Formats: sequence, C-alpha cells, structure tokens
Amino acid sequence: MAASPDAAGNQTDPSTDSSARSGAVRPRIGVLAVQGGFQRHVEHLREAGAEPVEVRLPAELEALDGLILPGGESTTITMGIEKAGLAKGILAHHQAGRPTLGTCAGMIVAGREHLGLIDITTKRNAFGRQLSSFEDDISVEGVVDGPIRAVFIRAPWVESTGEGVQVLAEVRGHPVAVRQGNVTALSFHPELTPDNRIHQWFKELCVA
Amino acid sequence: MLKGGVIMDVVDADQAKIAEDAGACAVMALERVPADIRRDGGVARMSNPRMIKEIQDAVSIPVMAKVRIGHFVEAQVLQSLSIDFIDESEVLTPADETNHVDKFGFDAPFVCGATNLGEALRRIGEGAAMIRSKGEAGTGNVVEAVRHMREIVGGIKRLSTLSSTELPTAAKELQAPLELVRDVATRGWLPVPVFCAGGIATPADAALMMQLGAEGNFVGSGIFKSDDPERRAKAIVEATTHFNDADRIAAASEQLGEAMPGIEMAALGEDGRLAGRGW
Repeated sequence: MAASPDAAGNQTDPSTDSSARSGAVRPRIGVLAVQGGFQRHVEHLREAGAEPVEVRLPAELEALDGLILPGGESTTITMGIEKAGLAKGILAHHQAGRPTLGTCAGMIVAGREHLGLIDITTKRNAFGRQLSSFEDDISVEGVVDGPIRAVFIRAPWVESTGEGVQVLAEVRGHPVAVRQGNVTALSFHPELTPDNRIHQWFKELCVA
Repeated sequence: MLKGGVIMDVVDADQAKIAEDAGACAVMALERVPADIRRDGGVARMSNPRMIKEIQDAVSIPVMAKVRIGHFVEAQVLQSLSIDFIDESEVLTPADETNHVDKFGFDAPFVCGATNLGEALRRIGEGAAMIRSKGEAGTGNVVEAVRHMREIVGGIKRLSTLSSTELPTAAKELQAPLELVRDVATRGWLPVPVFCAGGIATPADAALMMQLGAEGNFVGSGIFKSDDPERRAKAIVEATTHFNDADRIAAASEQLGEAMPGIEMAALGEDGRLAGRGW
C-alpha cells in the first residue's frame, strides 16, 4: 500500500555487490502499478527472491531486470500508461532484451493492439463476464513442470498469433499462454494461488 | 481483476462511457445517485434491468449494481443479468432489518459496506468478496469514510498484536466469526479487497483514503454532481493511482470547477444517516 520499495536494494554497497556475484542474485523486477492486482505480484516476487519495484512513473522503469504487466482492467491500465507517460520506458525495457511477463489484462496490454511487445491479438473477456470465471489445471510448456492451477477471471484469450509466437498452453481450444522471445503472456492470474513456480521461473529468466 | 482504481456511479449509458473513458475500473449502475436519493426520499430499490443492460452494452469494464440489504430476490435478478458485482447497499432502503443476503448462495460476487472491523467480518462471513467503507453517501463529506476506514484498519492492527489466547474474546467483542478473526490476525489484512466509499468529492479526498489504507475508491455523487464530470472523473482516477504524489494530485486538482455541494454531518440528523443501516 505504501510507496514504492525504497532504494536500499540498489545501493552499491561493496559487500552486497560481491555476494550478488557469488550466486545470491536478486533481480529488480518492476510491477506496473497504475491499476489492478499488482500487490500480489509484488508479494510473490519477494517470496521468489526478487526485488519488486512498483512502477507508476517513468523513472521507476529504469534499470529493471524484468517487468510484470499485471491483471486489472485493460482499458484503465492502458489509459494509466498513457497518462503517466510510461509507454516509451516499457518499450525501451523490451528493446533492451529484458524479460516482460503480462498476466490477464497485462496480456492484452502487451499485445499488438496496445504496446506491441508480442505479436498477438487478444479477445477481451473472451470466456465471459465475472460469472463465467473459472479455475483449471493446465500445463504451461517450458515454464513449469507438471500441471498448475490457473485462475481465469474475465480472462482474455489469444485470437491470433504472428510468426515466432510459441503457444505454451491452450484452454477450450484457445491459446492462454504464449511466448515470443523475452515476452511471455498468460490469460490467467498466477499471483492468486500460493503456487510460486511461475514467479520463480520468471525470476530465473531475469537473472540469466 | 477488480483491484485498485475507481468505481463510479452512473445513471445511464452516456455517463458510463464518460466514466470508462476517464479510466474508471468499473461502473455502478443505478437510477439515482445517492445525493438524489437523499433529496427525493421514498423507498430506493434495485435499478431497472433494462437500464442495467444498456450500460452493460455500452462499456467493456465490469458493471455493478445495488440491491437492498437482505433482498435476495433482487440479487437473483441481478445475477440473471450476468452482473459482474452485486452491492448489497445501505444507500437503498433495507428490505430486511435483521438479515443480510446469504451471499454464499450466489455465483456473482458481492461487495458490502462496513463501518468497522466487526461489521466487515460479519459480511465476509456471509460470503462478501469485497468490503467498502460506508461513509455517508451523497453528502460530498469525507469525514465518515475516514472514520470507517480508520476503524477497519485500526481494528486489524489491534488484532495482529493479540496472542492466540486472546482471539476468542476479541471475536466475541467484534461479534465476528472466530475463524475469520484468526485469519485476519495472522495475515494482518482482510482476506478480500477493501475499498473506500461514501463522501469522496475531490482528488485529494481520493488520495487521502488511499493513504489511510483503501485499495481503491467508489465515487458516487461526487463526479456527476460536479461542474465538470469528465475532468473530475479523470482527476480522481489520477489521484487514486498516484496517491502518494502531492505534485500530481495538485496538478489534477486545478481547473476542475466546483465540487458537489457538501453536507455537514450535524445537518443530517440521526434519521438522515444511511450508515446506520445494516447489522
């Protein structure tokens, strides 16, 4: 609830710096915090051993090792990005080859119709309104071993994919997890279950 | 997912579009905003389903609507319309003076008002998926919302200082289910999102509630009873997002025109208070 995490983690204290090199790497991962379920992502990242950074302003996008675009209302989030002037910084992060993960509304925002970080088009509220929300055990190829409980709330699905987009999971015949290069997009909410494997995987990706 | 952001009261499809374009994360469809319900008097009921459908067709963000406290058939009707959230609201005239709706009997999620932690936990115990402060709707006066938010957040803080031996007595005093009291004491927060509602009229009001611990804001009469609803709606969204950034709140507060006229609590009298409804 409070302000973004303080800068304590960034200070280049030589002792922490050397411990970082000896394997205890703690990547700084931003979570877009203009609207939506960012808080649970922050908690999951912390638990996974990353340093979460709530992103509301362009300066907070600098020098991130990874970025999460969380769930929420895509219309509201898109407007928030525009209003706070965040698009340029997100694109710069992406063009520098650093990983981005979009979940639920974040998948829509990452797609071709908005930020264009990944070559997909999406269908909003594709599975229906709030009442049609559901959970399902799915496997997400190359991300987690074995099934994972996926929570779909007014979730989108991927309508079309461009060249080079890999489909990692499908539900009811529609892609719900896709990847292209360093951008991964999920229709569901990995932050709403205690299972931390997706955040663990993303953290590792940001260290590499 | 509905978390963070601003939920705005709207009375028709045009207002719903304005709210969506201003960055609202959901709209509350109702026939009269609380300030008008207050002015008109009489029995306030669930809105006409046709008007709710028109609003559902007009926007892509979630649509909520209100039912009277305890009126489970109004809730059944809203669920049949595929409403995204049902607000069992003290702003409407209560239908049952003893019982609230058994919210576990529904698939649609419910939001309920609360003035303190015990009330919030009773509503969650009945199945509410979201809690909002009651405040005093339709007054443009944020004082009651502040009181309720401080009661809820303060109550949570007190619980988290208690030992497990002390929790059963705390549950008795709160008149709340022990299991929920234990859960809140461990987690240090409610198991559902907590929003603020009731009296927000300015961007600074919205940011105040966020700094006091709200996870988002409901704004009712404050937007469409002001001079320039479009600009005010945007400004309140901005202040809710950047609630710790006084420069941005200042910038958003410029050139807004007049806020809705406010009502001092003492002028309401006991009968005029809506927050006392609900048990």
